[in-house]
Formats: sequence, C-alpha cells, structure tokens
Amino acid sequence: MQKIDDTEITPEIVKEHGLTPEEYERIVGAMGRAPNYTELGIYSVMWSEHCSYKSSRFHLKKLPTEAPWVICGPGENAGVIDIGDDQAVIFKMESHNHPSYIEPYQGAATGVGGILRDVFTMGARPVANLNALRFGEPNHPKTKHLLAGVVEGVGGYGNCVGVPTVGGETNFDPSYNGNILVNAMTVGIADKDKIFYCAAAGVGNPVVYVGSKTGRDGIHGATMASAEFTEDSEEKRPTVQVGDPFTEKLLIEACLELMDTDAIIAIQDMGAAGLTSSSVEMASKGGVGFELNLDKVPQREENMTPYEMCLSESQERMLMVLKPGREAMAQAIFEKWELDFAVIGEITDTGKLTLTFGGEIVGDMPINSLVDDAPEYERPYVATPKREVADVPAANDLNKAVIDLIGGPHLCSRRWIWEQYDHMVMGDTIQRPGGDAAVVRVHGTDKALAICTDVTPRYCFADPVEGGRQAVAETWRNITAVGGTPLAITNCLNFGNPERTDIMGQFVGCLEGMAEACRALDYPIVSGNVSLYNETNGSGILPTPAIGGVGVMADSSKMATIDFKRAGDVVLLLGETKNELGSSLYQRELFADDEQNPSAPPHVDLALERRTGDFVRTFIESGQVDTCHDLSDGGLIAALADMAIAGGMGVNVTVENDLPLHATLFSETQARYLIAASAEVAGAIRKKANEAGIPAAVLGATGGKRLRVNDGAVDITMNKLTKAHAGWMPNFMANAS
Amino acid sequence: MKSAVIVFPGSNCDRDMAVALEKVTGVKPTMVWHQDHDFDAVDFIALPGGFSYGDYLRCGAMSARSNVMTEVVKRAAGGVPTLGICNGFQVLTETGLLPGALMRNAGLHFVCKDVKLSVENADTLFTADYMEGEEILVPVAHHDGNYFADDDTLDELEDEGRVAFRYLMDVNGSQRGIAGITNARGNILGMMPHPERMIEPALGGSHGRKLFTSIMNRLG
Amino acid sequence: MKARIHVTLKNGVLDPQGKAIEHALGNLGFGGVDAARQGKYIELDLVETDRDAAHASVDEMCRKLLANTVIENYSIELE
Repeated sequence: MQKIDDTEITPEIVKEHGLTPEEYERIVGAMGRAPNYTELGIYSVMWSEHCSYKSSRFHLKKLPTEAPWVICGPGENAGVIDIGDDQAVIFKMESHNHPSYIEPYQGAATGVGGILRDVFTMGARPVANLNALRFGEPNHPKTKHLLAGVVEGVGGYGNCVGVPTVGGETNFDPSYNGNILVNAMTVGIADKDKIFYCAAAGVGNPVVYVGSKTGRDGIHGATMASAEFTEDSEEKRPTVQVGDPFTEKLLIEACLELMDTDAIIAIQDMGAAGLTSSSVEMASKGGVGFELNLDKVPQREENMTPYEMCLSESQERMLMVLKPGREAMAQAIFEKWELDFAVIGEITDTGKLTLTFGGEIVGDMPINSLVDDAPEYERPYVATPKREVADVPAANDLNKAVIDLIGGPHLCSRRWIWEQYDHMVMGDTIQRPGGDAAVVRVHGTDKALAICTDVTPRYCFADPVEGGRQAVAETWRNITAVGGTPLAITNCLNFGNPERTDIMGQFVGCLEGMAEACRALDYPIVSGNVSLYNETNGSGILPTPAIGGVGVMADSSKMATIDFKRAGDVVLLLGETKNELGSSLYQRELFADDEQNPSAPPHVDLALERRTGDFVRTFIESGQVDTCHDLSDGGLIAALADMAIAGGMGVNVTVENDLPLHATLFSETQARYLIAASAEVAGAIRKKANEAGIPAAVLGATGGKRLRVNDGAVDITMNKLTKAHAGWMPNFMANAS
Repeated sequence: MKSAVIVFPGSNCDRDMAVALEKVTGVKPTMVWHQDHDFDAVDFIALPGGFSYGDYLRCGAMSARSNVMTEVVKRAAGGVPTLGICNGFQVLTETGLLPGALMRNAGLHFVCKDVKLSVENADTLFTADYMEGEEILVPVAHHDGNYFADDDTLDELEDEGRVAFRYLMDVNGSQRGIAGITNARGNILGMMPHPERMIEPALGGSHGRKLFTSIMNRLG
Repeated sequence: MKARIHVTLKNGVLDPQGKAIEHALGNLGFGGVDAARQGKYIELDLVETDRDAAHASVDEMCRKLLANTVIENYSIELE
C-alpha cells in the first residue's frame, strides 16, 4: 500500500520544521505556490542552519581559502590539497554534537561514519581519523557515561572500518555539561587526477543509489542539529541514527573500485537530510534538474512516505551520476560487495527537483530556490569586551601544583582513550597518539602526513580574536614540532545560539583571529563545518572553533617525537617566556578566575610564531633534532614533564629570567618549543638562534630519575610524576557504565 | 614461497598482511576473495585480521562458513601451512581447525597496544627463528581475544607444546595467558597479536619479522 | 512459522559481559542479583509449515552457524 503524507500545512507545522513565518513566506514566494508537506520538509532541511549556514555564511566568506597547493577549498564534501608526486590529501572535520549527547555510542559512531564518507566520496582512501571531544566537568553525573559511550562509539566504528584513529583531544569544562562536543576528522589520500566532485552533468544520465537501504532513521537530524537543547530533547531519542561500520567498509571498497573505472560523473554521500540534500547539492552544482522515482529507492521499512524517504538519515548511502551504459558494470561491483544498487532517476534540464511516487508527482521544486534562496542572516553582534591582564599569585606548594595539573583531568595521559582505538591498522602510523601530532606515512613512500586537532576554548571565551589566532597557531606549531610543514586546515566551529549578540560576537571574533592566523602562516582553510545552538536552557558552551591541521614531511625518518631519548642531552628552550598566566590552566585550576569576566589570555604574535617555527623545523628536517615539543597548556613545566614521562627519564633544569618562578613554569606564552639534543647540536642551534633574533636558552640536561627545577624549587620523582599522569583517567573511568 | 591472503568482506588487515609478506619474503601474495571456491596452489595461506562480517553474530562465525573456507579447511587439514591472525584466529577456531573460542575481552574494552609475549615453543614452522622463551613485543588490537577452552583441552595444548605464544601481562583475560596456538600437526597457527604490524623500526619494532622469516626459511 | 532461538553461554564459561551487568545492577542499588549471564536472541521467519521439519532445520542452523557449541548452548521455540 503506497502512502502519501498529505498533512495540512499549518503555522504549527511550519514552526515544528524550525522555519520562521517569514521563511515560510519566502518558500511560497520561491515556489509560486504553497508547498505540500513533503516539499515543506525538504525546504526546512535545506534552509536549516546545518545545511544553509544562514547565520554563518556572511562571516565564513572572510576566511582565507587559497594557496598554490589548494586544489579544492570549502564547498565540496571535503578540502583537497596537493602534496606533490601527483598525490592529494583530502580532509575535513565535522560535528556530531547533539546526537552524541542523546545516544553517545551511536552519535559518535555515525559521526565517524559521516566524515569518512565525506572523504572517500571524493576518491580518497581514508588513512587517518582524529576526534576532538569535549565533555562537562568530570564530577558531573553524566560525564563518565558520555565519555565512555563516545569513546566506545568512535572506536566501534573506526576499528571496524579499519581506518586508524591516530589522534585528537579531550577536554572537560562545565559549559559542556548539557551539550558535549564530538568533532570527527578524516584524512584521506587520492591520486591528484582521480578526484571526484559532486556536480551532476548530462541530461538523461542515470542517478544511482548505492549502499544501505533507507529506513526511518534520524528524520529531522539536520533541524535538530540547528535547535537549542531543552530538557525534553532527551525525549528525541528515536531520531538518532544507527551506524553500520561493516557496510561502510564495503561501501569504501566498492566506491574505490568503481572510481578506478571511468564510470562516475558525480558522486555525493547522503549525509544530513539524506537523499534530499545530496540530490539538491549535485543538481545545484551542475546547474541541472533531477527527476527521482521514489518507488525505486531501496527501503528497509514498509509503507514509507515520500516525506520520510526524502528526509531519512539512514547511514552508509551514496548517490552517483553515472555515464550512460556503465550501469551494469557498476552494479556488478556493488553486488560483489553485497550492497544495494538502484537506478532511481535521471538528470533533466528543468532545473527542478521532481519527485514521483506511485506514478504521481509528489514534489516539484526549483533547485536554485532550495540552495540560493535560503535566507542569509547578518546577525547583530556585540564584540567581547577587552579583558584585564591578570596578576596571578604563586602557588604555596609548587610540587603539589605540578602534580595536581599533570595528574589532573586536563593534562593527564589520554592512553585510556586511545588504547580503545586501533591506531595502527593500515601499517603506516609512525607516530602514535600521545605526541604533538600524529604522523602517518603516505603508503609505499618515505613521505608522511602530520595531523593534529587543537583549540583552547577558555582563550576563545576570554578573547575570541586571540583564541581564534591561537587555535590555528597551535595546530601549526604541533605539526612543526614533529617536523612537518603545515599546509592547510579544516575547522569545526562549535558555538552557542547565534541569535544572541554576545555569542555572535564570539563567532565573529574567533573567525577574525583565525583568518589573521591563516594569512600570516600561509595556512588556508579548505573545509569545515559550523555547529551553532550548542546550549542547554540558555547556557552556551565555551566558543570552540576546533581546528584540524594537516602538514607534510618529505622524509619521515627525520620525524621528531617528544620523548627524551638519551641521558645527557641538552634541553633548549626556543622563544621568550612572558608573564602570561591570564586564562592559563594554572590560573583556572588553582585560582578561580571570574567566570564571566576572565583575564586576558596570552597574546599570539603570528610573525614570531612563524619565524620560530620555521627555524625549529629546519633542524628537524636536517636530522639534527629528533626530540621536540611545543609549549601550550600548563606551560614550560608541563612540556618538560611530558617529555620526561614519555622518555622514562628525568631532567634537571635551571631557568634564569626576571619573572617569578611560578610564571616561568606555568605561563602559556605562545611560539615556544623545547628541544633536546647533544651539547654540540644544541650549541649550534643556540648560535643560529641568536643570529636569527630568536630567544634561545639552555635550561639543563636530561637524565636521572627526577624532574628538578632550580636546585630543587621543583623536585618530583619520575615515579610519582608518571603515576599521577597515567593514573587519573583510568581511575576516573573505573566503573563507568 | 607462494602465499595467499584470504579476503573476507570486512577484513581490514589484509593489506597489512600482504605488505608484510612481500617485504619479508620478497614475493607478493595472491589475494583470494571469500566467494571463490578455489584458488591457485600455494605454499602458505594467511587469514588476516579485521572485522569480517562486522563481527556480527560472533567474530569469525560467518567467514568460517564462506565458500573459500571450505577449500582452506581442506588444504589446511591436508597440511598446507596456514596462519590466522586476530580475526583470522577467530575464523580458525570457528571452523574447528583450532580448538577453543575467542570471547569478549575481560576488560570489555577494545584494546590496542604493544604487549609482551614469550615464545613458548620455538620448534614450530612459525617460530623456528625465535629462541625458546624469547620475549617479544607485538601489538594487539581486538575486542574479542579472550581465549577460552576447557581444562582438558588446555592441558592437552600445554602437554603437546601447542601453545606457541603466551602473554607476559594480562591483556584480555585469556585462559593461561594463551596468545597463540597450533594444531596437533603443527601446520596451523592462530594468534591474536599482530606480528605483521611489527616488521620495521618505524612501526615501533621488528619483533614480528621472525615469524615470517621462520615460515619462509622452512618453506623456501 | 516463527522460530525463536536463545543462545546462551554454557555453564562454566566466563561471561565478562554478564559480570559487568551484575556489577552495574549492584551499583544502581538493585540487591539480590546473584548472577547475570548475557546471551543472544534470534528470530527467524520460516517458510516451512511442518513443525518437525522446521525444528530439524533450525537445529542444524544453530549447530552450523547461530551458536558456537564450544562455548554456547541454544534452545529453540517454534510458534
């Protein structure tokens, strides 16, 4: 029995679809008539914040997206950069915040699945997954459960598809108590001349559906991702999609096999808003129309309506336009992989999306109105006020302060998390999680990619412009610290409600800082995602523009890691340390800062950042330096502790400057690196640094079984330090359900 | 040495296995699809790791009943050297070529890390290049590696020297720390750890290499 | 005809998931749970209408695929 949903369009129905009365009038104007229920559903997802970027588009245009090595910037499924030797890297980061809060396992798993599809859709074999996770404060009753579920979900999906999860970050802050962030990033590698785009072409060419069957999963996921959370959102559980990583693995192999032929004209994954957004996207990019016969859509459930088929977010599905006559060959490939394959329509010259069902036309909408007529809001904003520079006091007990930070939720080892991820499958992970950036070899070559994700949300909250600069600069620094040349970034912009002027001010400020940093570092943004309305009952998250950076190194055998390797190496600090304890981890953890009016975060001097980083990189590339770590959260002492713990050996340093010792140890001044090298190499680096005008100080030497600073002003046994660092997370997660 | 790597839908260490075999033996293996009923005569068969059939129902259960496994079982039972790693080990127990079963890890989590193993029997086709009692570092990456068999079977395995590798730390709750076992004839080895991931220093070590050289040196 | 199959771990086979359930129930304040064992439930729609034939065929399915008789027991209900 075929069923057409002919629900009447009332103001309530319009509101339930997340559309304002003005937006509804705009739809009526664009169509020249009132939409039916199916059409309304389609407009509502296409014009949702998630698909249309209506609040953010105006500002996103300000981001630098070009460089000679950029093959494809934002606007496609993922960004594409040239890494030489006729190869390209394709990557993107995307949020799956709301679904992960409602059902952490499936939310996180389908987040990973979605971002993988964005990357292999373009012809790349995925080679690395990363994730940037943010949870509420550790003692919030839901935190453990959410963390356990998300980690299980990320691993459950990534491990099964066989793409290594090589890095990421995990933070805790009370602002995420009711709205966690799950941002997943995938990096893939393709031949430069085998990149696939989504622009459909060729009137009469077949439109083909492949992958899993369509069910009623996640109907209205895209509009849910664009609405604020309220307490009853937890009731929305049925909208969460369920992932099937096994099918995804088959889909990857089948798509890549078909991509080896010349059959595909255009291809697009069915992500948020499924069949609707993928077909509209393909038709819009190609300037053509689509006619789809919904009876031909492979269905998992009975009596599905056109509305449900169009809006379903069932996972592991793709849409393709094939060259005529290639259907049988393509079908054979998909059948070999035991996947559904169905020709469901064809390209037309009408410029419309026409849907038929049971022989009737059930939807007929101009493509350009679905895409180009979507509203664009230049939301009013108020810039975040300038913050005062803080004078942060000394801790009573420095040893205790160090142990509390290193053995606390923010700086402790994340091993408990990444040991649940297969980070080695594919046999090219040459720098595993736990360092500054993951390093993954380009298969069969000596080349490698350096990849990381970073942002410091407390800086972004205190000063969005500095925070935006810092997030970009930190990924650049982390890639540099392993010896990579940073090439480009992707971002995932997680913010609160853009209809609030202060939140919009954070958004605009962060983007301004990011744009400056991208320009100064020659480090464009090639893909990204915006997630707004991250708030619960009017309380927004810290502004969290997560950045995923990708760099390349020509000779991966020269890669640097953070661990001290030889006793007697000289420890050298590059960069100047200033008294910048405002909004530092030290301040936040040890001395409560004013929550609403935090102190000024460290300043990011982008020119200095670039000069220092370029300087450091030359010594890694030349093979003189194999031990390097950037300074970030927790400052100098945290970096020293990381290097000592990773190397299983102590270090004894003496710092001489005009600052109080606690500032020297915990200040989070940017553009700094620690290097450990032989006395001879360290001497040579210092000399060159002096010539280049880069501050460089010999701090001491590696070895022994203690972390010692200034003749015992800090003196902790490695045993105690290592235990504190390793212990927090497993202890915290013990008995999590 | 001619070898074949069996590929099931959802295998994901098939490429890693092929790379390791080629790097160590110098010969590219043939990749055999699970639906094939037959494949060329080879000196050695490898069942790779991964999540064949998504690990749905039970790990390895559906692969063990695939077309190609009928042929693999026949050849392995006839003496062709056969290695199953991780999911491959699970497939081998599901076919009955090796005794016991691999259950959910005692810690319930997927675990991916380097673990210390001891080579319990260096007098097998697969371990001849190691020293008896040698301690090696090889990664594991599994959710269901908890080896179970009844006490009689375990005693038999021990008595006959069929425990090839034992964990030197508690990894997954396996009975008697068993990480890898051989069949009575000694031509089939199943193990949870991944020697193919430890064949060069860049990947963290080379301790897995000798497993492949052992096979190659014995088979020529 | 519908076949309902329960697959359970044999006695004596350690069940880490069952143990975790038992533990979690205790944490939630449910006393009086001595042991928990986790199994699988599988439902099949059969074309076969003869009960004996159906039972024989499902039994074979269990032995060949649905249960691993090294560690698992199974029971079959037909409806």
